[in-house]
Amino acid sequence: MALKGLDIFKISPKKNCKECGSPTCMAFSMKVAQGAVSIDACPYFSEEAKAKLNEATAPAMKTITVGAGETEHKLGGETVLFRHEKTFVNKTLYAVNVCEGCFDGKIDSIKKVDYERIGEREYVEFLNVQFTGDKDKYVDLVKKAKEQGRALILDCKDVDAAAAALEVCADCKPILNGATPDNYAAMCELATKCGVVLGVSAGDIDALYDTVAALEAAGNKNLVLDVTCATIKDTFATAVQVRRAAIKDTDRTFGYPSIVDVSKICGGDTTLEGALASLFTMKYGSIIVMSEMKYSEALALYGLRQNIFTDPQKPMKVEPGIYPLNGADENAICVTTVDFALTYFVVSAELERSGVPLNLLITDAGGYSVLTAWAAGKLSSGSIAKFIAENDIENKCKNHVLIIPGKVAVLKGELEDKLPGWKIITAPNEAVGLVKFLKELNV
Amino acid sequence: MAFKRVPQKFNASINKVVVGTGDKTITLGGENVLPFYTFDAPIENKPKVGIMISDTGLDKTLPGIAAFYGDAESLVDVAKKAVTAEGADFLAIQLASANPDEQDASPEDCAAACKAVADAVDMPIAVIGCGNRDKDAKVFDKVAEALSGKNVMILSAREENYKNVVASAGLAYGQKIGAESAVDINLAKQLNTVITQMGFSGENVVMNVGTAAAGYGYEYVASTLDRITAAALGQNDTQLQMPIVTPVATETWNVKECIATEEEAPDWGSREQRVIDMEVITATADLAAGSNAVIVKHPASVAVLSKLVNELI
Ligand code: B12
Ligand code: SF4
Repeated sequence: MALKGLDIFKISPKKNCKECGSPTCMAFSMKVAQGAVSIDACPYFSEEAKAKLNEATAPAMKTITVGAGETEHKLGGETVLFRHEKTFVNKTLYAVNVCEGCFDGKIDSIKKVDYERIGEREYVEFLNVQFTGDKDKYVDLVKKAKEQGRALILDCKDVDAAAAALEVCADCKPILNGATPDNYAAMCELATKCGVVLGVSAGDIDALYDTVAALEAAGNKNLVLDVTCATIKDTFATAVQVRRAAIKDTDRTFGYPSIVDVSKICGGDTTLEGALASLFTMKYGSIIVMSEMKYSEALALYGLRQNIFTDPQKPMKVEPGIYPLNGADENAICVTTVDFALTYFVVSAELERSGVPLNLLITDAGGYSVLTAWAAGKLSSGSIAKFIAENDIENKCKNHVLIIPGKVAVLKGELEDKLPGWKIITAPNEAVGLVKFLKELNV
Repeated sequence: MAFKRVPQKFNASINKVVVGTGDKTITLGGENVLPFYTFDAPIENKPKVGIMISDTGLDKTLPGIAAFYGDAESLVDVAKKAVTAEGADFLAIQLASANPDEQDASPEDCAAACKAVADAVDMPIAVIGCGNRDKDAKVFDKVAEALSGKNVMILSAREENYKNVVASAGLAYGQKIGAESAVDINLAKQLNTVITQMGFSGENVVMNVGTAAAGYGYEYVASTLDRITAAALGQNDTQLQMPIVTPVATETWNVKECIATEEEAPDWGSREQRVIDMEVITATADLAAGSNAVIVKHPASVAVLSKLVNELI
């Protein structure tokens, strides 16, 4: 929450010299509070006062950077609790556990999940490197983990082992998730020395708060908060209250990104683990640690994440136009759909998979899905006919066959009237049916 | 300084709607806090999980479905099995056979089928139409009559057919009505308003405010749920305080991730697990954003969602 004008006035120079362009220091303070002018317009505010002001006007939740180079990620920095209020800025990221003894068996399956969805790479961003008691073996494990092109979390509450591990990986800026109410002083010193983000856990919201406050008092504000507790219920309560305290109640002590280790609370039920990953993607996990990322759950989870973290003010659209696919030329048949990025992505992927040369006509449908556009009157026989006329498709494409989405089969008759000489074919409802449909198509 | 808790308890609450009869009823709603925020105030009625069956049959190519339902073929036998699914709170019967573009089953046949099921099971029931508004209105009329006294949820009444559905299923036969709108808070409110203006109490209405599978325009669903919950509790908007019922399965089973065979998508693994994960992940997101009940199809999804709800409340 921003400071009030009166608070700013209290620390102002009180010279009323007008150099800032305001008649009085009071007037100036009011303008600063409204965000209308910068504090720098007055040459006389003390550095101390400015620092205080910056602190007070900075967002309640910090943005924390982890990883280095290719594995760098930003966490936190949120300003709202609900996406419709503005937008969420840094998406939830996922981590999978690796440990001594399980690493070799697991790493391939972790790497298998790596694909693109509407311009975004979907993969397991972090390896959560678990310490199981043997320092030397832990260092070996960390070395191996470091080679995998993922950011690392050192899940290690042993100061000695953490120090040894950091010697081999501090340069890749892992998160040292090791501070507890018992060891935070030593862990803080280690994290600060190595320049890495420190993860704090306490298993209880009050102890977590006190430990963060103590770390902040020691000068460390480069933190993430591990909100995992013994039960699902307490973990959810902690994740929500930490985020809400920061954003709604501007309690800066909790103004840090979170880690939720769902592998610890799912009781070995991996389907429940997927449900928990969904729950904490919705409510307030910055990093979610899982025992594994099955391809089946990745497909749903990354889709969910991509939806939740889109900017509600910007519809995802592609440019209307003619998109020749699979080496299509003027003799290829035409197929049409809307300019909603998701629809384009799903449909073009299937069309490409079919290998059949096609000219994909993307009409201006306001960035809506097929049925939404149809219901909103932005996809109609008129809009398609108009697109064909305006883009001179009659001449550009010699093969006058047009395939339309199954969900708007009702347009067929009207299109036949509006586009004499064209053969209109209704495709299946879902894009997934396209490959089979095109194979069997005889035109 | 210790952590200062600032509970967010609202002065308004979600309506309580009872479905079913006898000692097997379920109560939806009643809470005055955000979903699962038991740290702000206790939540009396847990969100419920419904198991959906369809009168056009089962997908027995999925081994888990084949094993669970065994040799059950008729709708009644399938229903009898479905209600034994661990964690199921209610049974949802989808009358897909009524679709005029496909089987075009008559309203009378649909009603008879529902009646047979209702006589065979003692779990609260929801009836889901085929999606064709005109046909649904006719089907619901007969089904509501056949099930009178059973206090079922009729899913659903829409802008195009609410007058008929509310007049018959609601006012004449006393069933609960699901008001279905297309992912927009204003549409949801408007539909509730016109339904209550017909003299049907808002206390007997539940809402389906739209649904999508995770990854398929789901952001609108999440934000619509968030906004409705905020308006119902934060602004005491009585036209948005109806409990929300989300039929997840009607969407998730149709997306590529759930349709593609194992030959088509060898990397993706078991199709059955994809179906379950898509249902569970989507349904969990719905619950997290404010659904009071979700409807899924796979018994394994039911079990996990019920476990999740029990752990959270
Ligand atoms: C999110 C959403 C919205 C968002 C818009 C999102 C967007 N960018 O389009 C918002 C909230 C704005 C919205 C608004 C409206 N919506 Co809307 N919306 C949805 C929702 C939930 C998901 C849509 C989506 O993103 N689908 C995913 C994409 C990928 O689907 P798709 O484009 O259809 O593509 C698939 C297939 O069609 C196929 N395909 C596509 N092209 C092609 C081509 C070929 C050749 C083939 C083979 C296949 C194929 O492939 C894809 C995957 O299989 C749906 C319900 C649902 N669950 O589907 C309702 C829905 C589409 N909306 C609906 C309605 C009525 C509306 C409104 C008119 C409501 C109103 N009265 O205001 C408005 C219209 C907009 C306006 N402002 O005027 C109705 C349409 C009803 C109907 N049958 O006509 C639906 C079905 C909801 C419902 N059940 O009532 N909506
Ligand atoms: S320049 Fe600074 S000191 Fe002078 S009037 Fe403005 S605020 Fe006051």
